[in-house]
Amino acid sequence: MKSTAQALPATAADLPAPNRWGNRIFEGMTMLSVVILGVCFVCAAYVLVEGAWLAIHTYGWSFLTSQQWNPVTENFGALPFIFGTVVSAAIALLIAVPLSIGTAIFLTDLAPLWMRQPLTSVIEMLAAVPSVIWGLWGLFVLMPWLHDHPYTWLNKHFGSIPIFGGPIEGSGSCIMSAGIIVAIMILPIVTSVSREILRAVPDLQREAAYGLGATRWEVTRIAVLSYARRGLLGAAVLGLGRALGETMAVTMVVGNSPKIHASLLQPGWTLASVIANQFGEASDDLQRSVLFEIGLVLVGVTIVVNIGALILIKSIETPGTRRA
Amino acid sequence: MSATYDQYRKAKSHCMSGLAVFCAVMVVMPLVLVLFYLLKMGFSSLNWAFFTQLPNADPEGSGGGMANAIVGTLELMVIALVLGVPVGLLGGIFLSEYGGEKTNGFVRFAADVLNGVPSIVWGMVGYTLVVVPMHGYSAFAGGVALAFIMIPLVLRTTEEVLVLVPGAYREAGLALGIPRWKITVHIVLRTAFKGLVTGVLLALGRIAGETAPILFTALGNPNWNNSLKEPIAALPIQIYYYAISPFPDQNRQAWAGALVLIGIVFLLSASVRIIAGRRKKA
Amino acid sequence: MMKKLLISSLLVGLLTLTGHAADTVALTGSGSTFVKPVMDKWASTYSTSVDPTVKINYAGGGSGTGQKNILDGTVDFAGSDGPMSDAQLKSAPTPILHLPVVAGAVVIIYNVPGVTGLKLDGPTLANIFLGNITKWNDPAIVAQNPGVTLPDLDISTVHRSDGSGTTYIFTDYLSNVSPAWQSTVGKKTSVAWPGGVGQQGSAGVSAQVQKTTGGIGYVELIYALSNKISFADVKNAAGNYITASLGGVSTALATATIPADFRFSYVNAPGDASYPISGVTWLLVPQQSKDPVKGTKLVAFIKWIYTDPSAQAMAAKLNYAPIPPAVVTRVLAAVDTIKN
Repeated sequence: MKSTAQALPATAADLPAPNRWGNRIFEGMTMLSVVILGVCFVCAAYVLVEGAWLAIHTYGWSFLTSQQWNPVTENFGALPFIFGTVVSAAIALLIAVPLSIGTAIFLTDLAPLWMRQPLTSVIEMLAAVPSVIWGLWGLFVLMPWLHDHPYTWLNKHFGSIPIFGGPIEGSGSCIMSAGIIVAIMILPIVTSVSREILRAVPDLQREAAYGLGATRWEVTRIAVLSYARRGLLGAAVLGLGRALGETMAVTMVVGNSPKIHASLLQPGWTLASVIANQFGEASDDLQRSVLFEIGLVLVGVTIVVNIGALILIKSIETPGTRRA
Repeated sequence: MSATYDQYRKAKSHCMSGLAVFCAVMVVMPLVLVLFYLLKMGFSSLNWAFFTQLPNADPEGSGGGMANAIVGTLELMVIALVLGVPVGLLGGIFLSEYGGEKTNGFVRFAADVLNGVPSIVWGMVGYTLVVVPMHGYSAFAGGVALAFIMIPLVLRTTEEVLVLVPGAYREAGLALGIPRWKITVHIVLRTAFKGLVTGVLLALGRIAGETAPILFTALGNPNWNNSLKEPIAALPIQIYYYAISPFPDQNRQAWAGALVLIGIVFLLSASVRIIAGRRKKA
Repeated sequence: MMKKLLISSLLVGLLTLTGHAADTVALTGSGSTFVKPVMDKWASTYSTSVDPTVKINYAGGGSGTGQKNILDGTVDFAGSDGPMSDAQLKSAPTPILHLPVVAGAVVIIYNVPGVTGLKLDGPTLANIFLGNITKWNDPAIVAQNPGVTLPDLDISTVHRSDGSGTTYIFTDYLSNVSPAWQSTVGKKTSVAWPGGVGQQGSAGVSAQVQKTTGGIGYVELIYALSNKISFADVKNAAGNYITASLGGVSTALATATIPADFRFSYVNAPGDASYPISGVTWLLVPQQSKDPVKGTKLVAFIKWIYTDPSAQAMAAKLNYAPIPPAVVTRVLAAVDTIKN
């Protein structure tokens, strides 16, 4: 291309001016959104801290280590709830993450094409079941079944192991039940996000592995899962967030007992469900302030757990994914 | 490689495939069980009156419906969508396209923490920051509380999806001299469109069933809502009160209401997907 | 194109929402879930038959929420099963009136196979919930129920895990009849129960007791009646075993000394036919209303509740006991002091 109607630019300076103001406005809009996110954070922090001020002054650090819960003598401590929250969230993740990833693999790889979209929509419907309904269904259907079958069996045969120790509640209310219900509730989000992540793995990866003679599972394991590792962990973290904060369903199945038991088959309480339980009727300022402080403790627990997840994610190398 | 080792590998592969099918079945099972239960308990209350009438003022009587709650839920979802989706979307774009590594670390962390805040706290925030200054409960406050939930969720799902768009696409755009923002909007967003829609639908499904935040902000209303500044009825609130009430007919209506709520989200996500599907092949 | 259509229809939709239906006045209330059924009925009847320009929205949410809302000024009136404390009233921007509006009973539900018509007295109840009496065939229970075979069955107590006015009334009663309860547990909307299972809401407690053989719990009268659960006859201060009923509540209420500010408790009331575990729900109304139009409408509504015979009949039909006429006169006098 020796001669054209327009002379080719000789240097970069001769190029037409790029659409700078478009870029600036767009970037500005994205930055504004991040600022708004920060504002959300500040709002939550402000409301929680202001509400909890009275309780913080009254109890100090002992709030985190005390196991007392007596509204009449105004003796409050959050340790049993921290325990309940962490344990039930851990159970929920242990159940939900493998199931979700397995389902995501099924959806992206194994399921016949006609089944994929309907099945995806069905899983998204799970997310729309209101928390209250999960709680009620858990109370009337799931827990009696759990009590009659797995719990009694576990308690009878493995009762000597502390985590399955007794005595178990006749209603089936316990931390394990809370963990199971929460697992069901986080399934849709972890599955959907995992599915999107697995779907975005370039076909080239899969084809390369097939080309080397790998079986279907080996392709999935080597080419897909390791590529998507980071994203899948991200999906798990999203599920974790929901698991820590789940309120209404948990409060109906966890047994509402402010005591720490070693056994998973005994009742407990979580930070979020205590707030839901007591907030409507908390009639004096100190009790209400305590509930705000529990909210603050929950945010604290979330922060600690997220730091742990972050360390985990950072320690995993992932080829191919772009991080800004 | 010996033949038996190959057989082992094949068998293992079949095993894992079976496991994946098992997972899918386990995931779908609770939904099937719950739907079955809701249908059994609430089907009798699902009639035309349910969709068109206001709640029956006589608690012991039967009849009446949840028309205002159905409309109210849709209204609240729209308000939350309008307030929350642009912010979440643009924030996710920031994380994936702009920003430095340190800033992004902080933002991501903040979003993850916010995703773990229990929804009841957002209700408390909405009450303190919107209801009290406005001297009253309102639909607007309800939408704000729900938007608080949507923003970090949409932000993270957007980022997760956008990051997976291969860098090569962006570089191709740059090589063609396309301005950066156009690359993001026309190439990156378009490629990730289905994933973005999934993220938004997930968030909508989540807030559709949230009770605690709107209890503290929108309050509920036995009548039709006429203004964003007034309290508004919503399905989760009605379901909550009816489910714990002592009157059996109200209990049945609660189950029916839950069915309607699930149905709404299903219809919404199905129709959005159909519309989105027309723009691109799967 | 689609996007533009979607956005414009959204905007149009939103704009229509900001309008106001011209002449209706909206009154909002929140608080005790105990009175919600009758408040809903009153609200709807009033709007349809008496004054169509008013729309009343009573939401529930718990007495504590109602009290907080009325102090924050976010509602026009509130319902509360427990009176507000002096500290709360001092912090209020304007004086708050307590107007007793209905009374109700807390009943003791139980699930013991083959047993009906169980009789219990206060100290026994306290001992059961304290964990001192653990079996149904304990001598203390047997002595009160001659002719009834009580099995050798463990007692499983069920209480409310959420804060509740019902808990307040029940623990108020237990504190009144048992010094041991008073000193170890006390009375409040939520207490540290010595043992037993906590359930969410009266619905949860009823379900739990019905599922557990040997279960015992406490719920509002209406729950027991609606779900047809057996409840016990409780011994009152005069020594008679009374089956819970509206009559028993009204008799108890008639004997109560009600101070000028209407804050009182009448558990374990004297009187031969009084039911001992009874409580009252108050309407909390600011003495100085923020908005003259709303204030006038609210006063009219409140007066209607107390004076209209059909309103009182509705309450009775839903198993609420009415406030005695002598008290109503005093209440109306208080209502007249509301400045608009």
